[in-house]
Amino acid sequence: MAFYVVQFLTGLASAASLFLVASGLSIIFGVTRIVNFAHGAFYMIGAYIAFTLTERLSGTFGFWGGIVLAALAVAVIGVIVEMVLLRRIYHAPELFQLLATFGLTLMVEDLVVLIWGPDDLVGRRAPGFRGAIDFFGQNIPSYDLFLIVLGPVVLGILWLLFQRTRWGVLVRAATQDRDMVAALGVNQKWLFTSVFAVGVFLAALGGALQIPRDAVHHAMDLRIIVEVFVVVVIGGLGSIVGAFVAAVLVSELNAFGILIFPKISIILVFLVMAVVLIVRPWGLFGKPEAAARKTPGLTVNPWRPLTSSERLMALAALVIAAMLPLFAGNYLLTVASEIAIFVIFAVSLHFLMSVGGLASFGHAAYFGLGAYGIAFLAKMAGLPMIVCLLLGPLLGCMGAAVFGFFAVQLSGVYFAMLTLAFAQIVWSIAFQWVNVTGGDNGILGLWPSSWAASPSRFYWLALGVAALVTVALRAMVFSPFGYALRATRDSGLRSEAVGIDAKRIQWTAFVISGTTAGIGGALFAYLKGSVFPDNLGISLSVDALVMVLLGGVETVSGAVIGAIVYKALNIWLVSQTDLSKLVLGGFIMLIVVVFPKGIVGMLEMLAQRRKKASPPGSPLLAKPIESAE
Amino acid sequence: MKLTVQDLNSHYGPAHILFDIGFEVGEGEVVALLGRNGAGKSTTFRSIVGLVAQRTGRITFEGKDVSSKPTHEIVREGLGYVPEERRIFTDLTVEENLEVGRQPKRPNAPHWTREKLFALFPNLGEMKNRPGGRMSGGEQQMLTIARTLMGNPSLVLLDEPSEGLSPKIVEQMVDAILTMKKEGVSIVVSEQNLHFARLISDRAYIIERGRICFGGTMAELDARPDIRDAHLSL
Repeated sequence: MAFYVVQFLTGLASAASLFLVASGLSIIFGVTRIVNFAHGAFYMIGAYIAFTLTERLSGTFGFWGGIVLAALAVAVIGVIVEMVLLRRIYHAPELFQLLATFGLTLMVEDLVVLIWGPDDLVGRRAPGFRGAIDFFGQNIPSYDLFLIVLGPVVLGILWLLFQRTRWGVLVRAATQDRDMVAALGVNQKWLFTSVFAVGVFLAALGGALQIPRDAVHHAMDLRIIVEVFVVVVIGGLGSIVGAFVAAVLVSELNAFGILIFPKISIILVFLVMAVVLIVRPWGLFGKPEAAARKTPGLTVNPWRPLTSSERLMALAALVIAAMLPLFAGNYLLTVASEIAIFVIFAVSLHFLMSVGGLASFGHAAYFGLGAYGIAFLAKMAGLPMIVCLLLGPLLGCMGAAVFGFFAVQLSGVYFAMLTLAFAQIVWSIAFQWVNVTGGDNGILGLWPSSWAASPSRFYWLALGVAALVTVALRAMVFSPFGYALRATRDSGLRSEAVGIDAKRIQWTAFVISGTTAGIGGALFAYLKGSVFPDNLGISLSVDALVMVLLGGVETVSGAVIGAIVYKALNIWLVSQTDLSKLVLGGFIMLIVVVFPKGIVGMLEMLAQRRKKASPPGSPLLAKPIESAE
Repeated sequence: MKLTVQDLNSHYGPAHILFDIGFEVGEGEVVALLGRNGAGKSTTFRSIVGLVAQRTGRITFEGKDVSSKPTHEIVREGLGYVPEERRIFTDLTVEENLEVGRQPKRPNAPHWTREKLFALFPNLGEMKNRPGGRMSGGEQQMLTIARTLMGNPSLVLLDEPSEGLSPKIVEQMVDAILTMKKEGVSIVVSEQNLHFARLISDRAYIIERGRICFGGTMAELDARPDIRDAHLSL
């Protein structure tokens, strides 16, 4: 019995940090409508700076002062980020903001390694809380008891701040209608900045307070951000009480899940999240979102099928691409095959994201499932390549069918977070279920049959499939199904009103998109000859997003161009520098700020400009916020 | 002149909404902006306070050019805005809604306090701690006006204050607007209801398809039934 009580208390102590980070994310989202992916990065920097400060400053005051100073320092960094980066993109679609803050996260991951080195750092114990308290023969660290008390205290302080101060009233008002707040004479810019500072402070404090409990390392940001997403989705984005309750719930599930399913404890948490989302899609304490008002004129250029001359050009490009083996060497052909595979991947996400308006942040799950499908069929069942290629993607299809069913119940950032969470589940299964998947060692020795074994033949196979998939999905955009899907994207209510079963259409699109990604993954497994959990990882999901955005999310053919440019650049960068995350992160932020319409979108707009003078004020570049929309 | 609008053109994306709108409001005057649904009344107001991003033209308030200022600075100059959709903060209580609107005292404008506003709108005084979401439409309309008055504006843009209200509440609204005028607040009120406008306004402009097509005193408008029938009748 005592053991379970102690386990429960450990869970409560873990909840404190989780609550701090989650409430910060929630407050920031409430007012600025930005899902701050970099929140985990701020948490991590908080821990690193606190580590350094508590090492340098001595004594009790030095320790606690160091913790608070670290949080304040990170809040200042947050203010700079808000003023330099976020102010430019508040009016961009929410996807861009998530992506920009993701770019920031990537940069921070490389920066902390540069500054603090790659090794785990073990921090000082908290003065006054070094020992443990005996509870019926079980030990409870006294620092845990401190954290258990701290959680509700912070909740109380936040409550007072929001209920009893003018700033709190303004923040709550802005959470509901920030333009109206501006129309009453409140300077939104500073309100946003101050909210961001408070949110980042909370995240950094959460990180700093972890140092007596956990080692500081450079991957702690992704671990916490996934948990925090789960917490805010369960508790309801924008609700601080919800963040508290959900943080306790998630921490207890972790504490007891480890006893019940030691290998796959994370799944328990995600199962609870899935249940909550089905019963209350806006979270336990959240409020249903009002139907978002669409910004008029977002897609100014109506989509149209290619004209016959454009078709000829596309065909010519394909023929030229097919002639590559005539002069390219083996290395170049392997790179070209990889690019062709990523075209498939990007096109599949584009279909879901641009045509369906559903931005998946975990699309790699279906790519990776396709790859694992091949691994299982080829290694365990020993089937020949052609059969594997036909059946392997079905694993991606099944995954998309199951997860997609839940995911399409949501939209916008909730959809993004849920797909990210699902991808993390699949990743952790691949990573932890060592007996079947080989865990981190992956599954090796998948080689193509002789008919596709040479680099040039494999390249032709990949190119052929990529062309086929692109044409098929394009045809679907201009089919009745595509019209219905675009209708659900542009107005859910109106499409329901004309008799479109929106959820079913979106689910179908999700399955089509996931299966297509699975085809890409299947080819990828043969190209690399192996499968690893990374094939399902977050960074691959983000690669796909960047490819679509780089090409232009509002265009029909952007994904193809985006995939080619991005993948070529990526492969080149990795061969040139060790700091690829730093460069990549900076590159992503640059795209978001400078080319919000992507390469193809910009080309289209320039072409349009040449044809006729465009309406005044249509922005070519992202503008800093000046006035509210 | 209190407020002068010249050559105001506004766009939503590729759509051109307002065409060379021009009008003026004198010190202490109540001016009606009349027009049918979709004529451009709300867009005119939203453009004046800078809530429409794509706009050109010149807006002069108390002799200062405010055309290129952001919304909150325009409002802080003393130009209050009461939106048509009311946009009450539903989670906030009546008192908290008023707090959001509170701005410092202004030398050239009447100073409003909670007490003074509760005297102007007695209903609000009886529900100080009620969340805005649990109020009737008429009460919400009063709260939006009171909330804007907390900013001590010297001019208020009132967007269709009588829309959807019961005749009894409309009467209260007329009284409130006349009190505001007596205190010295200049008012621009947009309306479809000519009867309501006649009770409060000194002058009127008619807007149709984004263009001003008439401007004059209420008596001049009454003398031109042809104009009235062409642009205002339902």
